[in-house]
Amino acid sequence: MADRIIKGHVGIGPKVTGEALVASDNFSARYDLNRVDGVFSRPTHKLVGQNYVGKVLVLNIAKGGVATAWMLREMAAREMVPLALLLNFANPIMAQGAAFGDVSLIDRFDVDITGAIQTGEQVTVDPETGTVAVHG
Amino acid sequence: MVKLNEEEQAMLAGEFGEPRRLSMEHIQKVGNFFDAEDLVEVSQVHLMADTESTGEAGIEYLEMLGTYPEEERRVRVPTVTDPLGCDFAKAERINHPEEFIALERRLTNAFLDLGILITQTCINYQTILPPVLGEHLAYGDTGSSIYANSVMGGRTNFQGGPSALAAALTGRVPRYGFHLDERRRGTNLWELQCRPESLSDWGAAGAIIGRAQGSYWEVPVITGVDGSPNSDELKQFGAAMASFGSTPLFHMVGVTPEAPDLASVFDGPPPAATPISQADIDDLYRSYQPDDDKLDVVVFAAPQLSLVEMQQVGLLLRDRNVHADVTVLAATSPEIKAACDRMGITEMIEASGAVVLEGVCFYQMHAREIGEANGWRRLMSNSAKIVNILGGYGYEPVLGTTEHCIDSAVAGRIV
Repeated sequence: MADRIIKGHVGIGPKVTGEALVASDNFSARYDLNRVDGVFSRPTHKLVGQNYVGKVLVLNIAKGGVATAWMLREMAAREMVPLALLLNFANPIMAQGAAFGDVSLIDRFDVDITGAIQTGEQVTVDPETGTVAVHG
Repeated sequence: MVKLNEEEQAMLAGEFGEPRRLSMEHIQKVGNFFDAEDLVEVSQVHLMADTESTGEAGIEYLEMLGTYPEEERRVRVPTVTDPLGCDFAKAERINHPEEFIALERRLTNAFLDLGILITQTCINYQTILPPVLGEHLAYGDTGSSIYANSVMGGRTNFQGGPSALAAALTGRVPRYGFHLDERRRGTNLWELQCRPESLSDWGAAGAIIGRAQGSYWEVPVITGVDGSPNSDELKQFGAAMASFGSTPLFHMVGVTPEAPDLASVFDGPPPAATPISQADIDDLYRSYQPDDDKLDVVVFAAPQLSLVEMQQVGLLLRDRNVHADVTVLAATSPEIKAACDRMGITEMIEASGAVVLEGVCFYQMHAREIGEANGWRRLMSNSAKIVNILGGYGYEPVLGTTEHCIDSAVAGRIV
């Protein structure tokens, strides 16, 4: 049973449930991650040192370059990929990467998504309806 | 749902073969995500595909497409590549790991099978097929996209590798974002209160603006530029803005083609301008200032250097020697490299001990592993874009002017 439902735009990828990892910071797979070890590596990122593998990443906006469009599939193939991405604003690169890598993605929420979910909470991400259910 | 015309529906139904069916399926997913009403034809594609990004999974996808008959797998519009991840001729010199070299060869062969022109450049707008005003494109590098949109008035979203590939195979992209007039209007205003003097100053100014952008959909407008910057200055300015901000378009009043004046880019009164002073630019440099003067590697790349930039590096290195403890790398496109060879610029650079790299860009060539293989940690560059990227790769990046970078490389420490 969900504690609360958060509405966003219809997304991409499968319906999944997992643990949230949240920060009021931005996201690029190339700029921010050590994709070999599965941790945030950008020294100035608020999640630096944290393991992202299998987590529902909840961040502000997509930043940086175009590499993420290829990288999400490559990371998925090595089982070093986040379970889902929830962003206030994605960019085309995140959408393209999610579509190519079959990674769940929702953006454009009714609220600031980084303030609506806490790290460690269990969430169900349903891109088909554009909703996120937060479980108590 | 994005509307498809008869030909596009046939592609989606597989009537033009599996590669085009997969591509149309991908285009439809992305188009629906961004509420695109229909698709738009593109006239050229710039495809980003270094093996660090594609990984083996991406190469396997390309190789799979290559197994189909030629009429089903060949690209439909001229398609050129971004830099690849390895300069085979210099791989040994820079200790490029063998496993990545093998991946690069597979990727190159896969591109050839699809009819892709392996141009290996991110400055295709300077050297290959410059876009023209209003031309719809599928550009796959942030630096080439922002330059094509802003300086040339072309129309593209960031088309990452898989989407650029889909555009190449179908000749289509979803019509959303910067293909639409209404998305190209200014959303915030900046006033340059000083004239950036060097390429790195232009990069720093672009970085300041890019960092402040709230999303991909923001369009900064810049005033206060007295006299047009040249192509290399705008290249550094745009590449840094795009890198720090995920920003695909800016307007510079009196300089770029869609911004003859403020009224042309804002609906109604423009917003208050945010000033950029020399002190702001100095602060950006200071944010990349190290605690000591150690130096391992100096990189000129991101974007690849033009012929004029290569000549400048050559003249600054002429009759000087790079210190034994420092490596200097200068990356350019194959076309420019050939011109440099012909004009003696390559020889002028390499006589100092510096290395000219062809068809690559440093951050796209397994920078983490190369850094570890060579013991490089402290990196200096005149590219704001590259110092923004490489912190996450374990480097300690330092931003400096071209002259400062070369004087430091010769001294063996940051001077």
